[in-house]
Amino acid sequence: MSSDVIASQFGPQLVQGSQRSDADGGPELVQLLTPEGERVEHGSFSFGEGMSPDEEAALVRGFYRDMVLTRRIDVEATALQRHGELGIWAQLLGQEAAQIGSGRALRPQDFVFPTYREHGVAWCRGLDPLQLIGLFRGVDQGSWDPHEHNFGLYTIVIGAQTLHATGYAMGVQRDGSVGTGDPDRDAAVVAYFGDGASSQGDVNEAFIFAASYNAPVVFLCQNNQWAISEPIERQSRIPLYQRALGFGFPGVRVDGNDVLATYAVTQAALQRAREGQGPTFVEAYTYRMGAHTTTDDPTRYRLSSDLENWKLKDPIQRVKVYLTRNGLVDQQFLEAVDAEAEELGERLRAGCRSMPDPHILDVFDAVYAEQTPELADQRSSYADYLDSFEDAAAAASTGALENAEGSR
Amino acid sequence: MTKMTLAKALNAGLRRAMEDDAKVLIMGEDVGKLGGVFRITDGLQKDFGEDRVIDSPLAESGIIGTAVGLAIRGYRPVCEIQFDGFVYPAYDQIVSQVAKLHFRSQGKVRMPMVIRIPFGGGIGAVEHHSESPEAQFAHTPGLKVVVCSNPIDGYWMIQQAIAADDPVIFLEPKRQYHADKAEIDEAADSSAVYPLFASRVVRAGNELTLLAYGPMVKVCLASAEAAAGEGRSIEVIDLRTLSPLDMGLVLDSVRRTGRAVVAHEAHVNLGIGAELAARITEECFYSLEAPVLRVGGFDTPYPPARVEEEWLPDLDRVLDAVDRSLAF
Ligand SMILES: Cc1ncc(C[n+]2csc(CCOP(=O)(O)OP(=O)(O)O)c2C)c(N)n1
Ligand SMILES: [Mg+2]
Repeated sequence: MSSDVIASQFGPQLVQGSQRSDADGGPELVQLLTPEGERVEHGSFSFGEGMSPDEEAALVRGFYRDMVLTRRIDVEATALQRHGELGIWAQLLGQEAAQIGSGRALRPQDFVFPTYREHGVAWCRGLDPLQLIGLFRGVDQGSWDPHEHNFGLYTIVIGAQTLHATGYAMGVQRDGSVGTGDPDRDAAVVAYFGDGASSQGDVNEAFIFAASYNAPVVFLCQNNQWAISEPIERQSRIPLYQRALGFGFPGVRVDGNDVLATYAVTQAALQRAREGQGPTFVEAYTYRMGAHTTTDDPTRYRLSSDLENWKLKDPIQRVKVYLTRNGLVDQQFLEAVDAEAEELGERLRAGCRSMPDPHILDVFDAVYAEQTPELADQRSSYADYLDSFEDAAAAASTGALENAEGSR
Repeated sequence: MTKMTLAKALNAGLRRAMEDDAKVLIMGEDVGKLGGVFRITDGLQKDFGEDRVIDSPLAESGIIGTAVGLAIRGYRPVCEIQFDGFVYPAYDQIVSQVAKLHFRSQGKVRMPMVIRIPFGGGIGAVEHHSESPEAQFAHTPGLKVVVCSNPIDGYWMIQQAIAADDPVIFLEPKRQYHADKAEIDEAADSSAVYPLFASRVVRAGNELTLLAYGPMVKVCLASAEAAAGEGRSIEVIDLRTLSPLDMGLVLDSVRRTGRAVVAHEAHVNLGIGAELAARITEECFYSLEAPVLRVGGFDTPYPPARVEEEWLPDLDRVLDAVDRSLAF
């Protein structure tokens, strides 16, 4: 018998090491589509409510297409990196449902603050994947206009964007775009982040600000079980979604490999936010099936049997099984999606290779809204310096020409 | 004698420091099983255990803040910041706590902490992975800042930094990690090795003094070699320590050559070069034949990788400054 009265009466249920990524997420996991492709009911969340069977099937087919194309983007970009076309790539393999499910739950007026791995969400927001590829190729640091897509720049500094999302949501509140009941006006904000990020001070401060102001923000944590080489239990001894309670808002753990459940849960959380009920923590329980990035070697720190277990829960496969088994797709549809993926792959390969490099002098132009005289001077003296090489090269080639003519 | 890269030399130096002193701890993100993203701590957790090689939660402020507590308890934490651009979440702990505890406690509290930061560019990385924040730390009283440029220094300097009783920001030029190998005499008498807070002449010359540290030492040596081909004699000094600066060698050299050029990857504005230029001007004004010139990163954020080579000071830009100085 433990003499630890405090722990036994007031303590949390601690996560043990053995319960790690091969665990199934526990009874609290919201699931609407099993890994075997069976639809199941959940007491609090449902998919397809208010839709006709045809509408519902069309939506699921859309998810399937989105996930297949998103995986294709990922596979292509990974291959491009291997061929030296990209400096690095952060793979989303295995997280397609978490991203498409949540991304498709958004309305146009909602705003997203992503990490560096949200390629599927970016797809849902209408970004050209080449814009993502450009960043990882090193031609820019994010070429899209956040205001055009309501999709912020990729944020590499872990956790920083959760505060930005909260502040943006505070702005939405001040604009009176919460709780009006107008479906085209009320807006929510989503902060994406990882399990590792949940340890950062910024993220915890974001929770506090959001709770304090009841801000319309959804904290969407993709718990892919790993922060580079560190397993989730290094970051948290309790299930992550339970953290939310301590901050004063609800937390839900959803099967992040189940696109239907992720869609349903995110939609409910977004709706709460838009209605003025405040923040929600959504833990999308998933698995990073690839390496952390193309420079990482996961064999150094995790078991391949882990990956094998998660392959059985593949987010795309279960939707395909569900659609096929229920006669909601025909072969033609599946082939069309595959053909579209081929085309996309080709476009990305060609587009990546033909992407123009930036010009060094452009680097000086975007530092400030109002250019400073000293930076303008630096720019022009560097331009002169570069010209001096061109002049020298030109002189050398004229010289060579003269010599050639002289020898004729 | 063993031939080692800078990465291996740092690893060997850390290992030896841990063998020599049971109070030495390593902390950071992914430093355990993975051995750090650059493998600098490779194998150390396996040999010294999880209590001494600590994989931390993903929080830099947490790493440095808990290291402060461990130091107060008598440990000597060696903290790894994964990349230069990720030190800022810990900035408050570093400048307000680490730097000031000795002062505030009138020496009753010591901060024998090392904060290792892979720094600098040239590796084709995405943003926040190529920065040179040294001036921000050198500007903070209470911190010491050193930079290694080669495997031999890496091996010894890391041990000396760990042995030092003050907090040391230890900058490692990441593009040099695997670049060159050098013979390291691990059996050498450690008390006889070159001191930590001292600069060093790495190439003798008499017409101009080139001052550099970290990744720019190699560039400056190549520049001096190229200049030699045109009959110019350039002295190159590896500063090694940025706070405190070791001005003795520098001033002697400039008094002889009458000319100085400082090169660093960091932004020129208010950088280490500005401090050196001021001190040289103050101390050897009458020996100067030309103003002290600075070559460095432009005053913009670090650019996308596809233009970093044009942004970073290279051999041509160093030689351009050398020419301008000599022509003065
Ligand atoms: C402030 C900061 N510290 C360290 C890093 C280096 N780093 C990049 S990704 C990562 C792990 C992130 O894990 P998680 O939040 O779980 O997201 P995931 O990569 O699994 O999607 C680390 C430590 C960083 N980008 N920013
Ligand atoms: Mg993760």
